[in-house]
Amino acid sequence: MQTADEKRNFASLLKSGANVINFGMAGFYDDLKKQEIPVVQMDWTPKTVNSNLLAKLKMLKKS
Amino acid sequence: MVDLQSANRQALQILLDGRPFLVGMGTARDVIPGMCEFGKKILLHAGPPITWERMSGPMRGAVMAACQYEGWAATADDAVKLAEEGAIVFDPCHHHHAVGPMAGVTSPSMPVFILENKTFGNRSYVNMNEGLGQVLRMGAYGEEVITRLRWMEETLYPVLRAGIEKAVREQNGIDVKSIIAQGLHMGDEMHNRNKAGTSLFLRAVIPYMIEANADKTALIESIRFIDKNDHFFLNIAMAAAKCSLEAAHDVEGSSMVTIMCRNGTDFGIKVSGLYDKWFVGPAAQPDVLLFPGFTKDDVNRDIGDSAIMETYGIGGFALAAAPAIVQFVGGTPQDAANYSLEMYEITIGENSIYSLPAFNFRGSPTGIDIVKVVETGITPVLDTGAAHKIAGKGQVGTGIVRMPSEAFEMAAEAFVEKYLD
Repeated sequence: MQTADEKRNFASLLKSGANVINFGMAGFYDDLKKQEIPVVQMDWTPKTVNSNLLAKLKMLKKS
Repeated sequence: MVDLQSANRQALQILLDGRPFLVGMGTARDVIPGMCEFGKKILLHAGPPITWERMSGPMRGAVMAACQYEGWAATADDAVKLAEEGAIVFDPCHHHHAVGPMAGVTSPSMPVFILENKTFGNRSYVNMNEGLGQVLRMGAYGEEVITRLRWMEETLYPVLRAGIEKAVREQNGIDVKSIIAQGLHMGDEMHNRNKAGTSLFLRAVIPYMIEANADKTALIESIRFIDKNDHFFLNIAMAAAKCSLEAAHDVEGSSMVTIMCRNGTDFGIKVSGLYDKWFVGPAAQPDVLLFPGFTKDDVNRDIGDSAIMETYGIGGFALAAAPAIVQFVGGTPQDAANYSLEMYEITIGENSIYSLPAFNFRGSPTGIDIVKVVETGITPVLDTGAAHKIAGKGQVGTGIVRMPSEAFEMAAEAFVEKYLD
């Protein structure tokens, strides 16, 4: 549930126009760009975690 | 089964107990072990092993300069021919207890500093810093480069060697650890800023240089050369790191990194408890502050043995000590502090001698642990110089570079394989 203050802040944000920083998938950036909304694309992908290696390291630390 | 914590504590303690002293100078072929054993033309280089075919532009440029300096080639083209014919043996500095900044190319006639770890008795070697601009270590190979190298051999070397030898006779050498510790309290982080370290080194050696040298002209030229080069102390500090870390190698069960280095193509590490094995991945592409006139496309992949400073717990790990550097490498003093804080997440402990005033003299984060690197996904940060990717063009900028994760992951896989029953 939004408070009255939060609602006012959100409305004011939309009134002044959104400035977007998009992380990851470029599709969101492209859509906003088409709608002429100021947007910056951050070249970022989540780190791939080798869960098998992490599990083995955990076992090693327990030993 | 291995006791990881205990092994890492032991490796870190050996590292912290190291007392690197400058104990002399000599010609590379006479003092660096294995420099003459091949019976061929040998050049040492930065980073893990690499062939001529895979060498980057700045590394090739440095080879061209070294071949002309040694008199093996009359021109840069002749040097390329020699390399292509396989007439030169290339071997990492690290295989010879040595280090070299940027291309790190060290040739047999070059004068080198000799460092000794007084606690454990092992020695390390490094050539003299040439200054900024058109220099061999950045891949430049023009006449200016060769002329300077010859002056360093014929004038600077005898003057400095005489002073250092006198310091050795009178006070057992020059205590490099003490200079580094003081420098960190005077705005250096000892990788990209060595202004305080160089000044303190000059203070330590000048009286002996004056006492030991009668040739006033050579003396004055030598002092002015060192004074004008804020990075002169970097090479000495790198060799201090090398002989301290080498003593901490081969601790059974330790996951502490004892070498991080780059050759402009690859990034390589060695780990204390994993014998003599290199773990190698692609070198980072530095995203640095560029000097005027250069673009991102000009920047070569990360290069140099100077990552030994971060392996030693200073350099990028001690950025909080060097607010003045941020204008040179980009960012704010808070960014610098944040980098140091982040590095505590991947290190085994805190330094007992090197401390950071900005953190109420907390010890700098020391002893990179491959297990922590892989678990957190945080890789070491370096503040370093960047070279042009075309041989002969020199330095293009400077800044913060984060090491790639591949080599750490490979090392962790090997560590698990060796130690997990």
